[in-house]
Amino acid sequence: MAGEISAEKFEYLYHIADAKFKAYGSTLEEAFENAAIAMFNVMINTSGLEVCESRDIEIESSDIKGLLVDWLGELLYLFEVDEIIFSEFKIISIEKTNDSFSLKGRASGEHIDLSRHNFDTQVKAVTFHDLQVESDKTGRFWVQVVVDT
Amino acid sequence: MAQESTLDAASILTKVNDHTWDIPRTYKHGMRVPGRIFVSEKLLVGLEHETLEQISNVATLPGIQKYAMAMPDAHSGYGFPIGGVAAFDRDTGIISPGGVGYDINCGVRIIKTNLTVDEVRPGMKELIDLLFHDIPSGVGSKSKIRASDSELTDAFLHGAKWAVDSGYGVKEDLEHCEEKGYMKIADPSKIGEKARNRGKPQFGTLGSGNHFLEVQYVDEIFDPNVAKVFGLEKGQVTIMIHCGSRGAGHQICDDYLKILDKATRKYGIELPDRQLACAPAESPEGQNYYKAMAAGANYAWANRQVITHWVRETFTRFFKRDMDDLGMELIYDVAHNVAKLEEHTIDGIKKMVYVHRKGATRAFPPGHRDVPSVYRTVGQPVLIPGSMGTPSFVLHGTQKAMELTFGSACHGAGRVSSRAAAKRVFSGETIQKELAARGISVRATHPSVIAEEAPGVYKISEDVVDVVHQLGIARKVVKLMPLGVAKG
Repeated sequence: MAGEISAEKFEYLYHIADAKFKAYGSTLEEAFENAAIAMFNVMINTSGLEVCESRDIEIESSDIKGLLVDWLGELLYLFEVDEIIFSEFKIISIEKTNDSFSLKGRASGEHIDLSRHNFDTQVKAVTFHDLQVESDKTGRFWVQVVVDT
Repeated sequence: MAQESTLDAASILTKVNDHTWDIPRTYKHGMRVPGRIFVSEKLLVGLEHETLEQISNVATLPGIQKYAMAMPDAHSGYGFPIGGVAAFDRDTGIISPGGVGYDINCGVRIIKTNLTVDEVRPGMKELIDLLFHDIPSGVGSKSKIRASDSELTDAFLHGAKWAVDSGYGVKEDLEHCEEKGYMKIADPSKIGEKARNRGKPQFGTLGSGNHFLEVQYVDEIFDPNVAKVFGLEKGQVTIMIHCGSRGAGHQICDDYLKILDKATRKYGIELPDRQLACAPAESPEGQNYYKAMAAGANYAWANRQVITHWVRETFTRFFKRDMDDLGMELIYDVAHNVAKLEEHTIDGIKKMVYVHRKGATRAFPPGHRDVPSVYRTVGQPVLIPGSMGTPSFVLHGTQKAMELTFGSACHGAGRVSSRAAAKRVFSGETIQKELAARGISVRATHPSVIAEEAPGVYKISEDVVDVVHQLGIARKVVKLMPLGVAKG
């Protein structure tokens, strides 16, 4: 994969055709943020990119796994339609209400400039395949995602 | 990053004949039918355990007919395997976006020319540079078309016909497309705003990944009579376009996975994998997906049609001859990620079924009403792209496919190695040089794109096609060798 940011934040796993990764965090929010970094680094090395554009994101899903898919899916949508490569993510909150989960956060990055940005393959979509949102005995969170490329 | 071990297939599969292996119903709880893989002993070795799991998962879905099938190029996908074929009874079965995939109507078309390999090869590098320049490809590339909202709606409705009516091509092109270039069931009102926003700026773009545009020539003829009907002869130059519905299709799939995830619970369908989200085929949720999927498929036909028009313009400019003089007729256009309501004979009874082909090509036989009249004596052209730098094949559909595979055959070579592994093992620059030494010019946005699609990461396309040929579900007509490749 393009990026070698930090082994503690995320790692890529073997997948024959698509990309699969695990992302870690001391909070669920941090694990979701690191999953976003992992996803964008499938497409391009995000280290050293400028941070001059931001988008606020609010989403709601029926369960926590769906929330992860929707968070990453929303970022992909904004990447494609607003043409921004996001490299920094801040999730303000993930909350559980009666029968749903909600997320508030912000993604920052810079506009696509094909004269400077060398992309690898495009992430088409975030799948439910082998999707996991877990915490271990020490209270650390980890998520696992397969994206379609 | 450890390589997943391949399985001891013999412990799970039952051999039916040299090219047919079954997963018995006893393999997994809930299987309604056995799984069936059409594969040679040689290709069996590379099969992943995950692929077998996915085939057996599909076998648990309501209304599935005969077998959950996989073609010789099968590998694991998400939900359904890539290379999967499954048919579900219209009245008792389901419809599932997972059985179609994110890239709705990813497909292939071939345009012929009356140029010969000797005329084209000397200028190939220059020609592929022009094509690479004229047809946008790669992540973040933009269309040269600024489509209005009404044009977008019309494209979702009428696919390649919209493109031809808008000046991108000739009406004969439509006769030579599966579904004549658009599925009439399409309903753009079933598509959300996000899919529209993603689709609007992407008409006439190849995309990235395994999508490509290739200039090829006929290297070998297996069946001279059928080749003649398709208008192909040895040494003739052809152009292959491989791409799909781009962001519009991805978003339609994404949106409906959520809707059908809820529907799965509503209708009390038990699933072994959430990515198999589905609804009864004739339920409102199922039909809304089908109509949205059809609109996504139509977008893909429009996309390939617009690209065809630009390819013709580039050739016209380069060779200083007009399109008719160059003989640039469309041979055929096939979808290899789509679900369709079709009539099939099952246990002697004619039935309407939703055939899901995910990484599989329709292969209808001689005499079938959905085969264009010019090809009806020999069956539809079945177009099988090779991977970069390897041969592609044209086959023709057969009655055997109707009996064995719901009128389906394979769709390509099938991956055997991951993109990440490919980039560790191969250098894009080296591969580019090696291919150049073999007379193949490659242009890509970035060398790593060449590395991750290196010929070595795919099964050998001949092996895959030979299984299909020997089974008789499609028969080889010609082999096409690449001259130049443009990739995203």
